[in-house]
Order: sequence, then C-alpha cells, then structure tokens
Amino acid sequence: MRRTITVRMVGPMQWIGYPALIAAAATILFAIPLRLFGFTLPEPVWPMVLAFAWPLIRPSMLAPVVLFVLGLFLDLFWGGKAGMWALSLLLIYGAILLASKYLAGQATIVLFALYVASTGLAFTVAYFVTRGSLGNAPNLLAIMGQMVPTLLLFPLAGWLIERFDDADVRFR
Amino acid sequence: MAFRDGPFENLKVPLAWTAAVMVVGGIVAAIMLLLADRPPAVADDLQPAQAAFDAAAGAPTGVLAAPVRWSGDAVDFVKGYFFAVSENRRLRRELREMSAWRDDALALKNLNERYERLLGLQTEPPIEMTTGRAIMDARGPFARSRLLNVGAAKGVRVGNPVLSEHGLVGRIAGASGGYSRMVLLTDVASRIPVMVERTDARAMLTGDGSRSPRLDYVRGQDAVQDGDRILTSGDGGGFPRGLPVGVVAKGIDGAWRVKLYSDRTAIDYVRVLLFQDFGQLADQGALNAPPLSGLKTAPPPTAAQATVIQDVATRRAAAAQAAADRVRAANAAPPPAPASGTQPQTAPQPAPQPAVAPDGGRE
Repeated sequence: MRRTITVRMVGPMQWIGYPALIAAAATILFAIPLRLFGFTLPEPVWPMVLAFAWPLIRPSMLAPVVLFVLGLFLDLFWGGKAGMWALSLLLIYGAILLASKYLAGQATIVLFALYVASTGLAFTVAYFVTRGSLGNAPNLLAIMGQMVPTLLLFPLAGWLIERFDDADVRFR
Repeated sequence: MAFRDGPFENLKVPLAWTAAVMVVGGIVAAIMLLLADRPPAVADDLQPAQAAFDAAAGAPTGVLAAPVRWSGDAVDFVKGYFFAVSENRRLRRELREMSAWRDDALALKNLNERYERLLGLQTEPPIEMTTGRAIMDARGPFARSRLLNVGAAKGVRVGNPVLSEHGLVGRIAGASGGYSRMVLLTDVASRIPVMVERTDARAMLTGDGSRSPRLDYVRGQDAVQDGDRILTSGDGGGFPRGLPVGVVAKGIDGAWRVKLYSDRTAIDYVRVLLFQDFGQLADQGALNAPPLSGLKTAPPPTAAQATVIQDVATRRAAAAQAAADRVRAANAAPPPAPASGTQPQTAPQPAPQPAVAPDGGRE
C-alpha cells in the first residue's frame, strides 16, 4: 500500500510578501499623530524584524530586494535621508546571512542577543550616516527611544522564524 | 526546445550566493542614493520622488488620522459636558486676570504707536497665513517631520514658518499640490536663529532628535539663564522676528536647551505663515528698478528747433576749427631770440633756516 506524503510548499508571498506589507502598514499606523496623557505612540523600525528573520529562515533573492524597497519606504515616509534605512537593513540581512550556518537551531536567548546586536548595528549605521550628512549628531537618548521599541519586537521575529523555518519540505 | 532540455538544465547556483549578490547590489544602490540625496536644509525644493510619495501617502494617512481626530473631539465634548462648572470657574478667574492685562496692553499699544510715529519706524506689514492639519507624524531620532494637508495649491512654499496656537513648530521642507512636509524644530537638520528676550543675545536653535532642541553659539557671557524666553531673531531673513519658541532650561547633558511652547499640547491644527523672506514685504519692482528709470527721454525736436540746433552746432564747429587753426599757427612760428645783456635767471636761493638748538629748542 502506498502512503501519500503531503508536500507543503511555502511561496515567497507567504513569508516575504505578506510580512513586508504588514510591516509597511504597521509603520503607517504608528505614524498617526495620536497623543494620550502627553505620550505619543512609539515608532519602532518594523522591517528590522524581517531583516533579522528572513536570512535565518532561508536565503532568497527576493528578500534583499523587498528589504531595499522597505528601507526606501521608511526614508521617504519619515522624511529622512534617502537610502539610510535601506543600507542599514541590508547590512543586517547580509551579516545574518553570513552567519546563518552557525545560527541554525540556536536557543531563543542566543537569537535575542543576536537581534540586539543587529539592531545596535543598524542604529549605529543610521547614526553615522545622519551625523556625516548633516554635521549634527542625533541625541543618544532619542535613539534609545526608538531602539527599545524595536527590540521589543523580537517575539515577532521569533514567531516568524518558528513559523517558516523548514516549513517548506523542499529545503529540508 | 524546452528550457529544461537546454544547456542550463543541470546548472545550479547556490541560493545563498545569489542572495548575497542581491545584498551587495542593494547596499551599493543604497550608498549611491545616500550620496545623491541632499539634506533637507540645503534642498531648495522637495525632490520629485519625495513630493510624489508625500502626495500618495497623504490620502491614506489622512484617513487613518481622521478617527483619532474624531475620538479626540468626542473626548473634548464629553469632558466639556461633565467639567463645565469647573471650566466655567477657571475661565472666569482667567478673565478677571486678563482684564487688567488687556487695559495694560491697550495703553502700551497706544504708546508704542506714538513712539513709532515719532521715530518714523518702518514696521513689518502683516503676513498672510493658511491653516492646515497634521496627518502624519515622524518622531524618530533621525527624522522628525509632519505631513500637512495644505500644499502649493494654497500658496505654501519651501521655507515657510509653521506655528501652532502656542508657538513656532517648524518650517516647510517641501510642498506638492495638496500636501506639504514640515520639518520640526527638533529635527536633526533644523537650525533656527533665535534670541533671548531678556538680554537680546543671539543663538542658534539646533535640533538633535530629542524633544528639546539645543541652544548653540550663544553670544555674550551670562546671556542665558533658566526660564528665559526664546524668540526668533529674524537674522538671515528666513523667519520673521519675534515668533515665540520656548523657555530655556538646562539639559541633563549640561547644554542649554529649549522647552518648546508647541510641545505643550498635541500639534494638530497649524498655521503656515506664507513668509519667504523680508524681500517679499518690499515692492520688488521698485527695489530692482535701475537708478534713473524715473527720468523720461526728451521728445523729438520740431523742424524749427532742429534748424536752430543745426545752426548752433555748425557755429560751434566753425569756432572750434578756427581755434584749432590759431593754435597750430602759433606752434609753427619760430621762438623769439633772447635780448642781449640780460643775465639768465637763476633759481632763487632758499631762505636760511633758523638754527635748531641741540636741546631741541627748549629754553
């Protein structure tokens, strides 16, 4: 008797397209000028989750292109220096891609430490790009004010890795 | 021949390598974009890509911001209903205090007008403004800007100052048809010339991505202290003089910082001053006219006048010719011979100078 094997295929739209659209939508949503009790909404860098998770799921030709577009979207939407976030996100993606062989199967705490380091690298690049182009260094406390909400998005990155890593049997 | 039957059938490129190539290509493209982009403070107009993006992003962000605005209005309505009595008492108290201030202000205004007339001061004329609403808010450390729902169609241009009901908020960095982008005073690229109201000392208000921008290049010793009011100085002509900015406070980093008046409440409705520079307040035609443009050319002479002019010109030419002939004849004549027995004149001897005493002539 022949047993049928269900082959689960995960297309790029599922693990690249939809998360990218959600990240862009969340960026727009969190840019609403809402102020409650003197506090405004946080402004995390949502695509940082994708720049960290995508190379750990599997290498892809499409992911860097989408990350570049997302970075450009952030620059245009926030009115910053064009290319700054595209460069930061792609540097993170490239660094994780290089180290992905050694990171597969690591504990969550290790991945979180790596996520903190990646976010730190991205913000350092953005800091020096801004300082070099405008001749004025951004305030470190203000940088922490954006970096901490970005770090709090790590559970989303973990979920994305859990959800799509090895989900496609063709890559086993 | 199908593709799978072709020479690329067995060609397998590692996926990681192709991804790495794409990453490198993207990084190179991002660096080229960074090198090509100019800072907002230098750009004289919004780049086309940014303008198109803002116009496209304006509609959805406006829709998303609408429920927030409605809920805010609803909360205000409910608060107004339930706290009407306490609000009424507070307003009555403020009205009593303000009545005295109003009398003082009217007296000072009258006195000021008289002084201005006496001194012949040329005061600035009122500046037109348009009202808009912030529909998107970028609050990051690297860019702090807002998208406004008024644009070039309402006369908004790059460089226009923007005010809330409390004070200066920022300036326009780019304008498309129906939307414009405002760079806040707290943005890293923002630099505004300001002055301390108490001492009239000048300084530069420099944003650094935090909520309270820095005071740089403060001129004079002890020119600033806690609680001083900061106004725009108007230096450089980019902003009108005297717009309220904020209050000075010492930052935790030891630098003088300014708590912005506009930070007191949410920046929702704003006023865009349609002010480019002081040149727009003057009559440009009169300023740029050549110095003698007011003088008109003489009308052409009549026939009789032309005859007289011709006659006078002929006479003058004949007289000039005769004078020239006389000079030429005088130069051609031989010089007269010197008379005998006369001595050649010698140069007169200089009068003897009085002797100077060795002690300098002092007695």
